[in-house]
Amino acid sequence: MSAALAVSGLAKRYGAVEALRGVDLQVEAGELVGLLGPNGAGKSTLVKIACGLVRPTTGRAEVCGARAGSREARAALGYLAEFFRFPGWTSADELLELHQQLAGSGGGEQERRELLDLVGLSDARSRRVEEMSKGMQQRLGIAQALVGAPRLLLLDEPTSALDPVGRRTVRTLLEELRRRGVSVLLNSHLLSEIELVCDRVVILLAGQVVTAGTPAELASPRGVEIDTDRGTEVHADAGRDDVPQFVEQLVRDGRKVYGVRVRTSTLEEVYVEAVGGETE
Amino acid sequence: MTAALTIAGYGLREALRRKVFVVVCLLTVAFVILYWIGNRYTFRHVADIVPPAGIDAQAFAGAFLFGMAMFGTLFLGTVLAIFLTLGVVRGDAERGLLQPLVVRPVGRGAVLVARFLGAAAVCVPYVLVLYFATMGLTGAEGGWWPDRIVTPGLELAGGVLVVAALSLLGSVFLSSIANGIAIFMIFGGGLVAGLLGNIGHVLNSHGLVHAAKIAAWAMPFEALYQDALREITQNTSGLTGFLLRLGPFGGAEQGGVALRLWVLAYLAIVGALAVAGFARRDL
Ligand SMILES: Nc1ncnc2c1ncn2[C@@H]1O[C@H](COP(=O)(O)OP(=O)(O)O)[C@@H](O)[C@H]1O
Ligand SMILES: [Mg+2]
Repeated sequence: MSAALAVSGLAKRYGAVEALRGVDLQVEAGELVGLLGPNGAGKSTLVKIACGLVRPTTGRAEVCGARAGSREARAALGYLAEFFRFPGWTSADELLELHQQLAGSGGGEQERRELLDLVGLSDARSRRVEEMSKGMQQRLGIAQALVGAPRLLLLDEPTSALDPVGRRTVRTLLEELRRRGVSVLLNSHLLSEIELVCDRVVILLAGQVVTAGTPAELASPRGVEIDTDRGTEVHADAGRDDVPQFVEQLVRDGRKVYGVRVRTSTLEEVYVEAVGGETE
Repeated sequence: MTAALTIAGYGLREALRRKVFVVVCLLTVAFVILYWIGNRYTFRHVADIVPPAGIDAQAFAGAFLFGMAMFGTLFLGTVLAIFLTLGVVRGDAERGLLQPLVVRPVGRGAVLVARFLGAAAVCVPYVLVLYFATMGLTGAEGGWWPDRIVTPGLELAGGVLVVAALSLLGSVFLSSIANGIAIFMIFGGGLVAGLLGNIGHVLNSHGLVHAAKIAAWAMPFEALYQDALREITQNTSGLTGFLLRLGPFGGAEQGGVALRLWVLAYLAIVGALAVAGFARRDL
């Protein structure tokens, strides 16, 4: 089976601005990939190329084996834009119905109910978009992206307007999608969120991939701390594998060990290192 | 095709919910009432005067009034067409409304066709209703009926469709406000072409008449309007006919079959340019 999203040598130029300069990236079937990077790194451009809104200058992008932008590619994906608006006069239910018709989904009312449930909007079925908070609209946007059970979901900063509870709803939702085997590319700069749910993280800087890997791979060892009866000992260069030896030695020396902590860098540290402290 | 109908229906529902039609209907009723009052006083007055020899005052007044009503109809239909289409591509894209629709497996061309059909479904009935309502009022008040009943109305509706197509094409490249201004100016340009044609006839300047004709065909809503004016008095002869041929807001120029074929080609060209421009556009 082809990858849900395969991008190679992708470049995009807007006049003098090089938004992407040769990006390679894959999202395998059922994989949840987080795309990180400061503002202007090219995250949105990458996603827009994948869903056919923007034409690449050079390079290839394929969705489920079909050229990005083609009808087959668009039929296989669901998309939530970073800046989107739904017409204020539609109700949540009508909006989903419109997208069902456009996506050719035969899910009917049951699909709409299920999707609104999934994003926690079951009480807002008949509420008009103009009467919704930005956070509710964002959740409706996620439901919209899921219409027609897409194989690839492209979410561009889907939680920027959500409160902590809303974010949690989205996290649970992403976990549910992973269970269903949906592939997801998630743009976000909420590192903790990405760390919690993503199988793999790709960090983009100035249109290029600077770091990629699973959260565990990226988290490099940062030493071992041992609480003993004579205070905390710090072994700065040690890692998890060194712990048994340290403890054995301490016990042999007649010392008491109260706790051991293996320190690894957080995604935040990896991120700040990768983007060279560039602020958003 | 079903997707195109879905989007056309969506455009219509938006206009309904946004109370566009309520406002349009109220203002149109005001226009029709005003027109009716104008007819009433004019024909009462005309009955009292003795016209110069060779002039049929009743026919002159009727054709003149109805010609003005046709201009009003074209103008109101144009306003409607422009406002229904001015932001279809760039305007909606800038507001983030277009992207969720375009990402669906619906062709971009289908989106344009759908929005054109949606505008046509509103504007064509509107123009025809207004055209026949004003014709009926003039007939009832003054006993005057145009020489051709149906085709002038269809030509006005065609003119409004030309404006809608131009506005859609403009929306691919211009933001809503710029596009609205541009299309209104083009509409104004068409009117000026008509006036120049009139002046050319009065001065007997072939050069001016020719230039005005080229301009009217380049903006064929104007040529259609002129042809519609010609048709309502096409069998009226003598001095009455000659004076009327000058028309109120545009020379009553001959258009005929060639013009109608040109309008079809023009719509096809404008549509093709819009589809090609939209296909290349980053959103
Ligand atoms: N339509 C556009 N026209 C010109 N420049 C653009 C356009 N869209 C994005 N850019 C530029 O491309 C770069 C990448 O933008 P974007 O993909 O939005 O980054 P991100 O989503 O990572 O913040 C930025 O420098 C931005 O200014
Ligand atoms: Mg972005």
